Amino acid sequence: MSKFLDRVKGGELLVSDGATGTYLQEHGLPPGGCPEEFNWSHPNVVQGMAAEYFAAGSDLVLTNSFGGSRYRLKEYGLGDRVVELNRLAADHARTVAPVEGFVLGSIGPTGVLLEPNGPATEEEMFSAFCEQVKGLSEGGVDGFCIETMFDLAEMNLAIRAVKDRTSLPVVATMVFDKGPKGYFTMMGLRPGRVAEELAGVGADVIGSNCGLAIGHMVEIVTAMRAASVLPILTHVNAGIPEIKKTAIVYPDSPEFMAEEMVNIIEAGANIVGGCCGTSPEYIRAFARRYKS
Amino acid sequence: MAELVDLQNKFLRDELGEYVEEEAERQRMVDLYAETKLSMQNIAAAIIDGRHHDVDRLTREAIDDDVQALEVMDDGLIAGMALVGIKFRDNFIFVPEVLACARAMKAGMAHIEPILSASGIDPIGKVIMGTVKGDLHDIGKNLCIMMLRGAGFKVVDLGVDTSPDDFLEAVEEHGANLVGMSALLTTTMPNMGRTIEAFIDADLRDDVKVMVGGAPVTPEFADDMGADAYGADAVECVEIAKRLTEESASAHQ
Repeated sequence: MSKFLDRVKGGELLVSDGATGTYLQEHGLPPGGCPEEFNWSHPNVVQGMAAEYFAAGSDLVLTNSFGGSRYRLKEYGLGDRVVELNRLAADHARTVAPVEGFVLGSIGPTGVLLEPNGPATEEEMFSAFCEQVKGLSEGGVDGFCIETMFDLAEMNLAIRAVKDRTSLPVVATMVFDKGPKGYFTMMGLRPGRVAEELAGVGADVIGSNCGLAIGHMVEIVTAMRAASVLPILTHVNAGIPEIKKTAIVYPDSPEFMAEEMVNIIEAGANIVGGCCGTSPEYIRAFARRYKS
Repeated sequence: MAELVDLQNKFLRDELGEYVEEEAERQRMVDLYAETKLSMQNIAAAIIDGRHHDVDRLTREAIDDDVQALEVMDDGLIAGMALVGIKFRDNFIFVPEVLACARAMKAGMAHIEPILSASGIDPIGKVIMGTVKGDLHDIGKNLCIMMLRGAGFKVVDLGVDTSPDDFLEAVEEHGANLVGMSALLTTTMPNMGRTIEAFIDADLRDDVKVMVGGAPVTPEFADDMGADAYGADAVECVEIAKRLTEESASAHQ
């Protein structure tokens, strides 16, 4: 078994990293710019981000490759550089990782819907994920984190790509919304059902990220824990963004989130970290509270 | 006041009984369907059930039987989508099911549209839709467009990464009265406000209504940037588009 899974299954609480996009924007990425292009043009920024997260107390970091599929990269004219940009993403994090630090290859949604809801075929999307997996594994990841998925069919293709092309562990997290009848993915699946389905297709760690503030995430972890014995990862936004004059502000502070995180852990999460709006400051607060 | 048992179409009876939980709303829906012909109820039922082949056939048969195109659109297609919207709002169905209904709607509109335009009846509104500058996300915007077209709007899709100038030019070129902007990123969301400012600068703000949506957008953001309306999802988008179209029509009378 992988060292990463050994640690998680050994009962230790792991602290993951915080937001990538937020960090890159503070370090020169223009609004709407391509984050993965930074792997090539700004290697120091991308390495610096991973180094800061590790220094803040992250046991694992995700690579800067969330939008690294050919579907997304081609929007920036980078569709023919998928393997290179993903390999660089993994390489940058690996370079600065401490011996005991883990690097997970981030894979986000393609942004395209599968047939019949959209134009993508399963074969085409599977091959796109395989290409991204190839770059990330060449760069030396310890495993994969397929995140922010809203369509289980797309998630399944990404998991299959990892399983088909590597023997590395895979973390699979989906995004939920709260409706009048509870928590659902955009396609209508409840957290418990998602937990069962993900286990069924071979996810090693399951979970949720993004979309909702921390109080709601507790309920999602609770529902997933009731449905599955697999380790659970939760990446939480720093609240729901608010507008302050011209700036957009995430309202939940590092201290507030570190305090609230106890509920996520008690509900059954094994790996906790941040999503949109979080920074190394948040990870420092989590590590201070839960790792000492 | 009609009663549920009066509805001739059994599928509609069952659906209303099962999915419309609030009494006043159920009564409104019963009245809506009860006033229509059985052939129209059958079309509405096929829409709600997402059976696009049946909608295609039933719509053609209705037209062949000399039912007015407008009646088929209102009493069959749009009446069907009304219940689809309620089921979506209340978490009985989700995006895949709504898309199936939208495809069914489109199959019906394919027969209606040529008749309406040949008889000089304008679409209920013209909408310019685009994801704002710097943003490449279009799943939500595309869902809105499918639903708007299904509801009888003429939609001009400007795609992703749309500059304020592109929005301005499209409004002038197509004589549109409604603009819909989408953004998925908090960093590109301010470009909605910038686009609205461009309309003000070009002295065109009073000519159009502006609706906005997207994951990070809230009613507060919408208000702050000076939009006319915020929609949480594709079903709301259609409701808002109808309301704004009516408002701008009455303002220009």
